[in-house]
Amino acid sequence: MSLAQIIANLPALVVAIPLLLSPVAAMIPVAGLAWMLAVIGSGAAFLCALLLQGAVTGGESFSYFLGSWPPPWGIEFVVDAPSAFTVLVMSGLAFVTTLFARTALLAEIAEADAGKAYAAWLLACGGLSGLVMTGDVFNLFVFLEISALSSVILIALGAGRDRRALIAGYNYLVIGAVGATLYVIGVGFIYAVTGSLNMADLAGRIPEVPQTTVVMVGFGFMMAGILVKAAIFPVHVWLPAAYAFAPSAVSSLLAAIATKAALYVMARIIFDIFAGMPDMTGFALQFVLVPLALGGIFVGTILAIYENDIKKLLAFSSVAQIGYIALAFGVSTTAGIAAGFIHIGNHAMIKGGLFVAVSAYAVLLGRRINLTQMTGLGRRMPITTTAFLICGLSLVGLPLTAGFISKLYLVRALLEAEMIIILGLVLASSALSVAYLWKIVEVLWKPAADHAPVREAPALYLPLWILAIGNLWFGVAPAPLVDAAMRAAMQLTGGM
Amino acid sequence: MIGPVAQILESWNYLVVIALMMGGLFIVISQNNLVKKLVGLAIFQTSVFIFYISVGKMAGGTAPILTDGPETLYSNPLPHVLILTAIVVGVATTALGLALVLRIHAAFGSIEDDEVLAMKAEAAEPRARRGGDMGDAV
Repeated sequence: MSLAQIIANLPALVVAIPLLLSPVAAMIPVAGLAWMLAVIGSGAAFLCALLLQGAVTGGESFSYFLGSWPPPWGIEFVVDAPSAFTVLVMSGLAFVTTLFARTALLAEIAEADAGKAYAAWLLACGGLSGLVMTGDVFNLFVFLEISALSSVILIALGAGRDRRALIAGYNYLVIGAVGATLYVIGVGFIYAVTGSLNMADLAGRIPEVPQTTVVMVGFGFMMAGILVKAAIFPVHVWLPAAYAFAPSAVSSLLAAIATKAALYVMARIIFDIFAGMPDMTGFALQFVLVPLALGGIFVGTILAIYENDIKKLLAFSSVAQIGYIALAFGVSTTAGIAAGFIHIGNHAMIKGGLFVAVSAYAVLLGRRINLTQMTGLGRRMPITTTAFLICGLSLVGLPLTAGFISKLYLVRALLEAEMIIILGLVLASSALSVAYLWKIVEVLWKPAADHAPVREAPALYLPLWILAIGNLWFGVAPAPLVDAAMRAAMQLTGGM
Repeated sequence: MIGPVAQILESWNYLVVIALMMGGLFIVISQNNLVKKLVGLAIFQTSVFIFYISVGKMAGGTAPILTDGPETLYSNPLPHVLILTAIVVGVATTALGLALVLRIHAAFGSIEDDEVLAMKAEAAEPRARRGGDMGDAV
């Protein structure tokens, strides 16, 4: 097979490889082998995503027709700057978290369940990638449910350690299913007036539809469903419990990639499918998304300040960070959308790193951890804690870290759009986020009462430091990330 | 001339869909019992299936099979195909939900939302020790 042929099939492979390896992993009784398979699956997907990113750097885009049926009749997978960027971020983080999953996952679930756990893990990775690649609105619903159901299984696996994981999984299942069904209702309305399900085809047909009310209702339902999946305030309620009670390895995977796919889909819906109705989307962004994003930023940050369970604290912080991404999209200029994509990439690295570090603590402490149990861990586990700190500073947005670049571009976009009040609120919330980080840091370096010997977990060093160095690297040399995000944003706004 | 009554009669399929949809969603939100919540969810999803199928139906249309007659009126098959997929997803969701409810019952001894939430406060015990009180709540 020639290189061109391989590249032509990459869009399908990036999704198909994890999905196909998943049932194989389920049948393997040996935990180590199943893990190897998961590493191979996510690694191959990452490689495909890298090649795809390389293929779109020139600004071109191409698509893959599933079963060779041409769109708009068949389902197509679209590779353009936004989808290639998002799938690269997600598969990269999925690969790194899979690398460390072996130690962390086995610490929390029975060895006999490991094969099935990796099967659900691969399904989640494949489903989330599919969500990003697909160019068909109904196919998107199917991937939404594949990733949601497999995430529920992964979250509920935490029951071996804390039975409340079952409740968290159940609640995510019900809330997620309602969200996905709302999305399908929206698709139904749009299909009824356009007769099409293909995104590119829809973008052309929607402006010509005379029944604008139906289009508005459809848009509203689709957005409502995606807001649930992206955990935008106030429909974020499933997220904190899900992240807190899931096994730590699962928390890292979900925190790094799960909501990112939904945020990407949100951008697609607003700036691509409904680009032809700028009045409607503009109204939705200005009066719905931006206020909700600001609400999420403040509620998430304040709840994080008062939270004592470290995983729940990070989950609340995720709610706030998702708010920043949604806010950036809400600015809706090219600079704003680019800032959103930059933060999708950076936040995946930041939260992935923080949760991996927490997993390292959890492997040693052997339970869910609240802050008092972490007292003095900084002195006893300096290597892990340093990486944790780097990611934490990046979360706050200290210069020379990736988080600073995110904030910089967000602030610049807000200035450009002359949204000064919102800019002030963003800066205030950043200052608040220092409070909860400081709370953790203080505990970590406080002298511990008991000096029980705590071994470091060297197996987790590699993925942890990949993410920590990633945070520094993209803080000092952000050009590749920023360029890719800019291209993505320009491609989305180009059609407007 | 279409009066309001005739208009309602003409779009009765949408009324059925709306009634089922709101009923299902209300059950999901208001019910305390975890199984009944799933029943509500299933009704909610089914209402959407009916919405798709009734949108695709043409009055007097037949199955979309190619015939010699040039002007055969046929129903749009695509929504039906989509809903086949959605039904599969719905079944998977319900099955996984029920499996979780079983595990919740084994772990907490109850499938009432408020009772389970009240138990959250106490320290979590391993599942095995609590297997004995199965069957009490059902």
